[in-house]
Amino acid sequence: MAQDFDHSIPPDLASLVSAPVSRRAILAGGAGIGAASLVGFNASAATSAHAAGTVRWGNWGYYIDLDEKTNKYPTLEDFTKKTGIKVVYKEAIDDNDSFTAKVTPQLRLKKDIGYDLVTPTEWMAARWINSGFTQKFDKKNIPNAKNLIDILAHRPFDPNRESSMPYAGILAGIAWNKKKLPKGISAMDQLFDKKYKGQRQILVLSEMRDTIGLIMMWQGVDIAGNFTEAQFMNAVDKFKQLLKDGYIGQVKGQSYAQDLQAGNVTAVIGWSGDISQLNIQVGSDQFGFAVPESGGTFSSDNFIIPSTSTNKAGAEKLINHYYDPAIAARLSAYINYVSPVKGAKEAMAKVNPKQVNNPLIFPTDAMWKKLHVFRGLTAAEQLKFSTAFQAATGK
Amino acid sequence: MAAIAPAKAIRSVTSLRKKVATPYFLLLPGLLWLLLFFVSPILTTLSMSTKTVKADSGSFDQTYVQNYHWANYWDFLVESRPQFIRSFLYAGLATILALAIAYPLAYAIAFKSGRWKNVLLVLVVAPYFCSFILRTMAWKQILSQDNFIFKALQSLHLVDSSVQLTSNAVAVVVGLAYNFLPFMTLPLYSSLERIDPRTLEASGDLYANGFTTFRKVTVPLSMPGVVAGTLLTFIPAAGDFVNTEILGNSNTTMIGSVIQAQFNETRNYPKASALSFILMITILVMVLTYVRKAGTEDLV
Repeated sequence: MAQDFDHSIPPDLASLVSAPVSRRAILAGGAGIGAASLVGFNASAATSAHAAGTVRWGNWGYYIDLDEKTNKYPTLEDFTKKTGIKVVYKEAIDDNDSFTAKVTPQLRLKKDIGYDLVTPTEWMAARWINSGFTQKFDKKNIPNAKNLIDILAHRPFDPNRESSMPYAGILAGIAWNKKKLPKGISAMDQLFDKKYKGQRQILVLSEMRDTIGLIMMWQGVDIAGNFTEAQFMNAVDKFKQLLKDGYIGQVKGQSYAQDLQAGNVTAVIGWSGDISQLNIQVGSDQFGFAVPESGGTFSSDNFIIPSTSTNKAGAEKLINHYYDPAIAARLSAYINYVSPVKGAKEAMAKVNPKQVNNPLIFPTDAMWKKLHVFRGLTAAEQLKFSTAFQAATGK
Repeated sequence: MAAIAPAKAIRSVTSLRKKVATPYFLLLPGLLWLLLFFVSPILTTLSMSTKTVKADSGSFDQTYVQNYHWANYWDFLVESRPQFIRSFLYAGLATILALAIAYPLAYAIAFKSGRWKNVLLVLVVAPYFCSFILRTMAWKQILSQDNFIFKALQSLHLVDSSVQLTSNAVAVVVGLAYNFLPFMTLPLYSSLERIDPRTLEASGDLYANGFTTFRKVTVPLSMPGVVAGTLLTFIPAAGDFVNTEILGNSNTTMIGSVIQAQFNETRNYPKASALSFILMITILVMVLTYVRKAGTEDLV
């Protein structure tokens, strides 16, 4: 039903909804005005009655390959053909917090939440695992798990990947409008060059881990390591100063890509997938993206199986399906986010040769060296850091 | 006989009681509705507002402890004072702007539109069939540097490329005024439309000119519409966060953005709840004072 609705809206409106407020943008969470809620997708429609051979998957909007002619999801169709398991796919998540809040009461009561598989962002997946809302995988059903890329293989919240597997990777770096900055930028020093002081031409994400993460790395702090509170607050002070000195004009969540596209800002701290989608939308290579020399942030959305799932084995087989390099390549070619699957790059040659060397789907080794995952925060840190960050943005 | 009399008395008492109780029974659905969707959330918020956040360094998630910490209210009010002041300032300016736009509009529709009246009324409401968010985002596009307004101003040398029409306080106020315009226009229209034209004729017969008639007859008679319109605009505008999120910057944040961020980002529910309560009470006091000054006769 969600699909039908998607295609019943006029193309220009659809593009307005889908691209500037794209999937990753909604992930900024917070504002709770994501695209999915705009067009009325919601989780409540999740089917309660389902056949034994059915997996119900709740995912983010615009986050899977879609055949626009038949309105079907080709990689899911293949899964059903191969295994006989039907998939009920719902664009159920429009915000990590609101989706989790919606299903938490049922999870506590151990009542079916209507999904056998969900894909929240890493930090939220960690919270589910810690709350006991997930089930450990039966690795026999996921032989392809060996294809998981190394950088994501041993995350502290789930060191042996017993309960979570990445669905897609998201990298944050710097992006710019080539019309205004033909030479491009490759370092934070260039982004915040003295000549931009007072011009308010730079926009940064309202996602703390990305914006402060990039500033911390610029200051030489390892965001994946055991940094101290003082080091974090140092970066927040720097951020405040950049706002005060008029380098940063705006701090935005979901609507940042629109500002970049409309020419309101020259450069942004933004997400790779959005920039690819903007370029597809304008039909040229108008927007550049780079991981700054000091480092960029990397995160992922993760498959987890809710404790209330009624088809755990089916969900595991579906995860396995997306760790087949050929399938992973087809998915990434469409959604333009980093593939967490080894071998997908090689498989991409058959799917879409142009994308093989797209560093935003398959970061180069040089890029990987610069990408770091923000370490997990304790509850005390989360509260303190988030409060300081919000205060710096005027909230 | 003696046995019957008390029975009769009882019966009449019961029927009397029934008579008294009937209106309450009729009110029951409404009262239940209020209890469920107004009283209970308010009580939940109130109870949350005096809790404190417990966030250990050993745990992954925070919890909330009820320790009747009423100081929350004062602490958070002081912390968020600039955003409170800004909210009421922006909402006030937006209300004045909306009134300035809506009054002539409503006047024209009520008195000068002839057979186009219904069409014009539909046109006032028509843009609001589209989502609030999309309309606000459209304003960002309209005010952007790539759009014709900016280009026109640029060719007139009124602005240069270092100027931004969007992401500033003016854009926020304009956005607020635009988004709540029908709430101002429709009450104004309905009270203007109700004015008996004979009162205007009588004013003319008494040698008042057009302006005097407008000032002494039309405006006073349209006051219920002005009061209703300003309330319907000011109240939601003061609590709004969408306009400042989309059209503003970090120096234009309103109290709604703070509450939103405290709920969703920081998950400091006690702070968000206390701020919501302060906002609610402040607006209530302001509205009561205003209504008392302006008078509520004919408001409904």
